[in-house]
Amino acid sequence: MLSSTADNLFWAARYTERAGNVARGIGVASRMAAVSARLGDEVGEWRALLTATGGDGSFHRKYPAPSGDAVVHWLVFDHDNPSGILPCFEAARQNGRAVRTALTVDMWEALNDGWTHLRQLTPDAVEGEALPEFLGWVRDRVTLFNGAAQETMLRTEAWRFVRLGTMLERADNTARLLDVRHQLFEPDAAEAVDYVQLQAVLRSVSALRSYQWIYRDRLAAPKIAELMILRPELPRGLAACLGQVSAMLDAIAEGQGGRRGECHRQAGLLAAELRYGRIDDILAEGLHAFLTRTIARTAELGAAIEDFYIRH
Amino acid sequence: MPRVSQTKPAAFNEMGTPDSVRAAYAEIDRWLRSTPREMLDRKRREAELLFRRIGITFAVYGEGGDPERLIPFDLIPRIIARAEWERLSVGLRQRVRALNAFLADVYGPQEIIRAGRIPRELVLENEGYRAEMVGVVPPGGVFTQIAGIDMVRTGADDFYVLEDNCRTPSGVSYMMENREAMLRLFPKLCARHKIAPVGRYPEELLATLKAVAPARAGDDPTVVILTPGPYNSAYYEHCFLADEMGIEVVEGADLFVQDRIVYMRTTAGPKRVDVIYRRIDDEFLDPEVFRADSLVGVPGLMAAYRAGNVSLANAPGAGIADDKAIYPYVPEMVRFYLGEEPLLANVPTYLCERDDERKYVLAHLDQLVVKLAKGSGGYGMLIGPHATQEQRLEFRARILARPGDYIAQPTLALSTCPTIAEQGIAPRHVDLRPFVLSGKDIRIVPGGLTRVALKEGSLVVNSSQGGGTKDTWVLEDDGPEAGTSQSASQVAG
Repeated sequence: MLSSTADNLFWAARYTERAGNVARGIGVASRMAAVSARLGDEVGEWRALLTATGGDGSFHRKYPAPSGDAVVHWLVFDHDNPSGILPCFEAARQNGRAVRTALTVDMWEALNDGWTHLRQLTPDAVEGEALPEFLGWVRDRVTLFNGAAQETMLRTEAWRFVRLGTMLERADNTARLLDVRHQLFEPDAAEAVDYVQLQAVLRSVSALRSYQWIYRDRLAAPKIAELMILRPELPRGLAACLGQVSAMLDAIAEGQGGRRGECHRQAGLLAAELRYGRIDDILAEGLHAFLTRTIARTAELGAAIEDFYIRH
Repeated sequence: MPRVSQTKPAAFNEMGTPDSVRAAYAEIDRWLRSTPREMLDRKRREAELLFRRIGITFAVYGEGGDPERLIPFDLIPRIIARAEWERLSVGLRQRVRALNAFLADVYGPQEIIRAGRIPRELVLENEGYRAEMVGVVPPGGVFTQIAGIDMVRTGADDFYVLEDNCRTPSGVSYMMENREAMLRLFPKLCARHKIAPVGRYPEELLATLKAVAPARAGDDPTVVILTPGPYNSAYYEHCFLADEMGIEVVEGADLFVQDRIVYMRTTAGPKRVDVIYRRIDDEFLDPEVFRADSLVGVPGLMAAYRAGNVSLANAPGAGIADDKAIYPYVPEMVRFYLGEEPLLANVPTYLCERDDERKYVLAHLDQLVVKLAKGSGGYGMLIGPHATQEQRLEFRARILARPGDYIAQPTLALSTCPTIAEQGIAPRHVDLRPFVLSGKDIRIVPGGLTRVALKEGSLVVNSSQGGGTKDTWVLEDDGPEAGTSQSASQVAG
């Protein structure tokens, strides 16, 4: 396959996934802001979300303060924010349009219809009580795109690059959403942790129920960390996502007669560490340190994939 | 209803007259008589939906509004009888052989110039002439592998070549999609004719492209189609042909040159490319040789080409052969290179650059068509008999200011075909672009693209100027049981 085609498929999937995760993040932050008003720190939630989406520097250059409305506007509409929902859809559609014949009709329509709807939205569609419905709609569109890919794509290299993009982006996003609340996981924080905050962490990856199914126990920070980092059952967890990344890279390599490179080594190592890792070791090192390192390694892996398959 | 009315008494109606329908159109005539207008309207909407779904659009720029438009498709096919096509195709082969011989000559020994059969400066100082190509001998000596020859007709036996397109002629996807649409919309009507198929075009094209690969590429050369990208008006066609041939459609950035070898970047590493069917104009091919600001080309491509490591179809510089100022000399090329009399006639052409011819043109602006020597797409054109006095004065001034830019031709009474119009079925002017493929041998898929001027009386068939297209049926016999009463009663029953 042409490298540029792989590139476009990989990024169409990444941007789509990113839009969905930003919507999840906004949903949790807005819920947390509502319940933490009693603690007098709703701004803290929005600030944390800005950090998680990696855009706090550019945000502060444009907006006076991280109020809920300002952050939502920044994360939905602002074209200076490459992780914003509208800019993500725009970029994904642009990537999709460039390889129109490599996408299936269903995938293209999921992107194109989503973008068409988004660009006609006015700011009031995401303000106040309208916000949850909007966020639900974004997640639906992303699910539609992923489902269309799952159900309509031939299982050839094109499919593997789409999947690679989705999983790599999702791993990065899960790590970031968890990292926002890393303080909950410090050894001395255990007593003071607010139950609502633990719930929020799980909600950000749609895993509140999953926790109960797996642990059948009251929420505890170490178990939450284990679920999100190491348990292969959780589809948005790091182990599952990076395991998929490694599996897809292997499948691509098999399809090319075993041609492998640095990206395969990095992906295999990351997946193995998660597969055989212990949560006690991770927490002993410190969750923030671990996640910072994982985010950096995921980015490095993305670059290695592009070096090997796309920009050689 | 005046089914066949004459817009201009002089125009030859290819269907004939109501009293005397030409044999090849006998079945179409019966079909039109028995098909209610509502049915045609319904089929027309169906066709439009079909084309929209396929996404076969044509980009029209500089007019505001939606640039992605459908080219109107007229449901009534244009019929060419076998004998007519045979005459045409022999003439087309001859003409394209001469054009390729001319190209090989002007970039080689230049015998035609030394023999004084064409003015030296007209060739060597022409914008279409690429000095970079001097001394290059492409595989098989072929320069224009894909030529589109625009033909018009003025009478039962009178065909003229309006212009040659030797660079990157487009429209062949319409030839194929129009046939697909007709087979889907009117299977029975199609079945009542022996229509020569056009579906093999991609196969023939691929065979032609493989035939001109560098010798070292072996039996299975890697062929790609090079497009300027999704914003090009013919992008649909580039993707369509790539899909049909099972080859990659690439942009400049997908290719790179190393040690004068062209590679495409694939996920499995660099892959050597042997033949590039390029749909990018010469000036944009290689920023190291032509326009340095080209973002769609491939740096080093010309060096690889000159080293014989890659084939380009069509060859750079092929445009010298279709220049409007060179056009008057094509019959001379046929005589000079082939020693034959030209089978296809040229339209008499006046070069405004020449004093005596310019005088004639300025004195007869009301009878002539004036064109830009370098223009295409029907832009910047004066159709004398239809123009206002003001427009004629404007062109007079333009010609006087830059005489070398203009040529003029008599207004031909282009033939008409029955076409669906607002008020009913009416004759509209048509032309024909057959596609001639030159590799080891010359291949022509029977037919071509028929363009039709949808406005009453209009002679401009260009899609950018409100023209439409028709399916073109070359019959494999002389007509559907030509004119027998038996077949008429079969249809009536």
